[in-house]
Amino acid sequence: MYSFILLAPLVAAVIAGFGGRAIGERGAMLLTTGTVAVACLLSWIAFFTFDHEAVRSIVIARWIESGSLSVEWGVRVDALTVVMLCVVTSVSALVHAYSMGYMADDPAKPRFFAYLSFFTFAMLALVTADNLVQMFFGWEGVGVASYLLIGFWRHKESANRAAMKAFIVNRVGDFGYLLGIFGLFYMVDSMQFDDVFAAAPMLADSTFRFLGMEVNAAETLALLLFIGAMGKSAQLFLHTWLPDAMEGPTPVSALIHAATMVTAGVFLVCRMSPLFEVAPTAQWVVTVIGASTALFAATIGLVQTDIKRVIAYSTCSQLGYMFAIAGLGVYQAAMFHLFTHAFFKALLFLGAGSVIHAMHHEQDMRHYGGLKDKIPLTFWMMMIGTLAITGVGLPLVYVLDTPIGFAGFISKDVIIESAYAAQAPAANYAYLLLLAAAAMTSFYSWRLMFMTFYGKPRGDMHAHEQAHESPSVMTVPLIVLAVGAGLAGMEFYGDFVGHHEAAFWGASIFTAESNTVLHDSHDVSKLVKLSPFLAMLGGFALAWWMYIRSPELPGQLAERHQGLYQFLLNKWWFDELYAFIFIRPAMWVGRFLWKKGDGATIDGAINGLAMGAVPWVTRLAGRAQSGFLYHYAFAMLLGISALVTWYAVTGG
Amino acid sequence: MISADLALALPEILLAAASMALLMFGAYGGEDARAGQITTIMAALLVALGLNAALGVADARSAFGGAFVVDGFSRFAKALILLSAGIMLILSRDYMQRRGLLRFEYPVLIGLATLGMLVMVSAGDLMTLYMGLELQSLALYVVAALRRDGARSTEAGLKYFVLGALSSGLLLYGCSLIYGYTGSTNFAAIAQVVTAEGVGLGLLFGLVFLCAGLAFKVSAAPFHMWTPDVYEGAPTPVTAFFATAPKVAAGVLFARVLYDAFGDAADQWRQIIVFVALMSMFWGSVAAIGQSNLKRLMAYSSIGHMGFALVGLAAGTEAGASALLVYLAIYVVMNVGVFAFLMTMERDGRPVLQIEDLAGLASRAPGQALALGALMFSLAGIPPLGGFFAKYFVFVAAVEAGLAPLAVAGAIASVIGAFYYLRIVKIMYVDAEGEPLDGAMPLMNGAALAVSAVLISVGWLPFLDGFGLTLAGDAAAQALLR
Repeated sequence: MYSFILLAPLVAAVIAGFGGRAIGERGAMLLTTGTVAVACLLSWIAFFTFDHEAVRSIVIARWIESGSLSVEWGVRVDALTVVMLCVVTSVSALVHAYSMGYMADDPAKPRFFAYLSFFTFAMLALVTADNLVQMFFGWEGVGVASYLLIGFWRHKESANRAAMKAFIVNRVGDFGYLLGIFGLFYMVDSMQFDDVFAAAPMLADSTFRFLGMEVNAAETLALLLFIGAMGKSAQLFLHTWLPDAMEGPTPVSALIHAATMVTAGVFLVCRMSPLFEVAPTAQWVVTVIGASTALFAATIGLVQTDIKRVIAYSTCSQLGYMFAIAGLGVYQAAMFHLFTHAFFKALLFLGAGSVIHAMHHEQDMRHYGGLKDKIPLTFWMMMIGTLAITGVGLPLVYVLDTPIGFAGFISKDVIIESAYAAQAPAANYAYLLLLAAAAMTSFYSWRLMFMTFYGKPRGDMHAHEQAHESPSVMTVPLIVLAVGAGLAGMEFYGDFVGHHEAAFWGASIFTAESNTVLHDSHDVSKLVKLSPFLAMLGGFALAWWMYIRSPELPGQLAERHQGLYQFLLNKWWFDELYAFIFIRPAMWVGRFLWKKGDGATIDGAINGLAMGAVPWVTRLAGRAQSGFLYHYAFAMLLGISALVTWYAVTGG
Repeated sequence: MISADLALALPEILLAAASMALLMFGAYGGEDARAGQITTIMAALLVALGLNAALGVADARSAFGGAFVVDGFSRFAKALILLSAGIMLILSRDYMQRRGLLRFEYPVLIGLATLGMLVMVSAGDLMTLYMGLELQSLALYVVAALRRDGARSTEAGLKYFVLGALSSGLLLYGCSLIYGYTGSTNFAAIAQVVTAEGVGLGLLFGLVFLCAGLAFKVSAAPFHMWTPDVYEGAPTPVTAFFATAPKVAAGVLFARVLYDAFGDAADQWRQIIVFVALMSMFWGSVAAIGQSNLKRLMAYSSIGHMGFALVGLAAGTEAGASALLVYLAIYVVMNVGVFAFLMTMERDGRPVLQIEDLAGLASRAPGQALALGALMFSLAGIPPLGGFFAKYFVFVAAVEAGLAPLAVAGAIASVIGAFYYLRIVKIMYVDAEGEPLDGAMPLMNGAALAVSAVLISVGWLPFLDGFGLTLAGDAAAQALLR
């Protein structure tokens, strides 16, 4: 069963990609969608039937045997894997189906679906890995798929640039990840998770030389792995590629850049929990980066006008939540938020895609307005998504030990409460930033809703008149995701972070004896429990004030606080900063080596030889070959005297 | 005793007897009218003897007091020589017949030349060496001048004869020096002296002259000057013959003398071979660039290739000897294919051999162009074709023997040489079509072209394993160094 889940999407991708012509567009679409749907069904069966107690490893094939390095293709069956399987295959299946409608007019559908299925395979290889090398394979595989899909519309210059940017920024992270893998192999002499986990306490007490310093092994390796996670999950400093990745088709944004691939970093940290648990400094870094990203991305989201970019920054911000709490040792809460986030963020993206589809690929929210009645179904689904992400629910009310509310309400509250309950050095920092980010999340999400669906139509009236509801192949996935966004929090609260969490996660997540944060979080004061809800209300009220009550206000505010506005609008000038520090010097060095190094020196020398010296010798040879017998005899005698002289001089 | 000796040399005796019988058969029965029959019989005999050598048991034995050696090494070389000579003879029949060149002496001379080569590769004594060499050379001088009424052909024959005489003189002088310093002409005896007393300057001079004579026969620079003129002047089938069997025989003889008689002095003679190999590789590659005649081009090509083959010899190791044999075998296969094609190049019944005449071949005869293109790529040494592996093995042997700079120089030379091979491909595929060639492609030539192109194209496939060539080469080299 697991082999099928893992390999079927690859087979489908190969058939659709290389045999797209043979089986036709429709065949390619149905084949890939059907295959992933079956994989999805099997994943959910696995979810409800797998053995929580024991970690099972299924070996599919041997991969590398070299000295003490032995790597297998395998599936590690435990709670973490199975949760990720469900997330990946579910969202992927829905996105496949949705794409049939969204990409209906595209001429290269088989290619698109082949990429989607290939992505699914790579992501599954990543989450099912039972060793670091297979995980790296999946890690790079999703990177490639992401690159291909961001640049899917290859006639668009901006899409190509965005694809390259995503790939290159990820290389930075991957370098860290690779160093981490190498370091672990160096220290542990194995790539298997079981061996690495068993060796974690040993690593905590050992040191090795790195960059000329004697460093603690566990701390350093955890940090290096986290650098990889930062790249993949678009955390602060390596986040710049994610907003640009929105150049890809919207279903891609939903699948890769919201629900699955970008969460790989969080998954990595949770998977490596035994290592992070013994590396407090690394945990501190994870928390600080995560919390900072959560707030930072939210501030940018406040002023963006492109509907997809708002959601992209929102994704960035939500990933920050997950990292912040994972860094505080509550991996369960991180995974819970990852799980619920997949539903409502995919829903928001696909909803946005439906809006874009209706508005003839217009993405600027300033040209929307009043779409509520034109596309009611999309509106209601987006509403559920917004209620979920902003965290709407009934605070302090528990039915059967379960809070009542939308998915995001439950998972986010667990995070914020846990952050408050934690004792780690960065806990207070995280709590305050995450709370502020919650208010901003609420503001920008409602802003998006108000600007899109309320008020008067703006922009091209023609587009507004022609706006139409999407076909059912697109709306049905929205409805399914909306059900998840509405109910997933309540349904799985008990298992993921509630009373059954220990039984549910089993051995897949390791928490130190002293780590009781999750337990403590249930006992924080009522005010703390209420705080995220209040933050949400504040954000909602402000958005309502600024975009419904007096819509002229945002313009005036922007006018009055030009500096701050520009700062946020230009994304804290990160891109400009990087362009100045890295890109321009790199381009300069590249151009120098290209023109002077390669062009003038290497090409110059070779061309000089090839076009100057060689023809000269050739002419000489032609002249030597005069046709006169005595010249030939002379050459032979010259040769023999050269040899004889040589031996006479060197004495043999 | 003498009967055992004769039994060992039976193939050679058979060939000698058959050559003379066929000569009588021609001379006393219609002369050139029987030339076709004689050619066929001789070719069949050569191929049969070649198969006999290839499939025979390879135990080492010697006859006539060690002057004649039969071992795995000589068997490998004999198989290669006999098969290539036989095939070339078959291929040339049609060409010679249509141009009225098919005299009955031609196959007989080829047979005698081949006989000389067989004696060369079995030489265990300087006497045998010289006898074989001269038998071969005398036959070849005549064959080169086969077109008696053609100025170029006679010029080629004469030049070859005069320079050949000079090289024979050098060789003989070397032999006499060696005899003088070691007191024997027998390889085994020479080897004993070399092992016991080392190589003095006088003996070394003898070796230099000997090597110069042999280098002339393999057309290695700077003793190569005759090659382009003779290749161009001789009728194309004769050139084709020149480019294959004699090269193998001379190369193998080279190895035989140096390994058998001077095996313990490798450090001394290596410098000669390195010098000659370097000169040949670069001269062959660079000088060929200026050529517009395909036969001259192939002449420079063979100079370059002999340089590469000698790199294996320069290694002085078992791997080097094996690489030399493998190189020669692959080189012969490639040349059979190329010359099978060159023989068919004609326009209005006259042979044309300018490179420009190939323009547009790809659109007129795509199959031929593809095969020729593959052969050119292989001659240039581009992976994964046979020619690449040939070079690869000699370079590896050189590097293992501590001659890395020589291997690097060889790689550079092969890059330069790739220019003119690839230019031919470019002319066939890219250049505007000129006057088309109108020669017919006889079945035999087409088959030879196709088979050689396929052999060098797929031989590298893992399951084919070079058709066991490397294993055979290793076994033969082992026999040499026993």
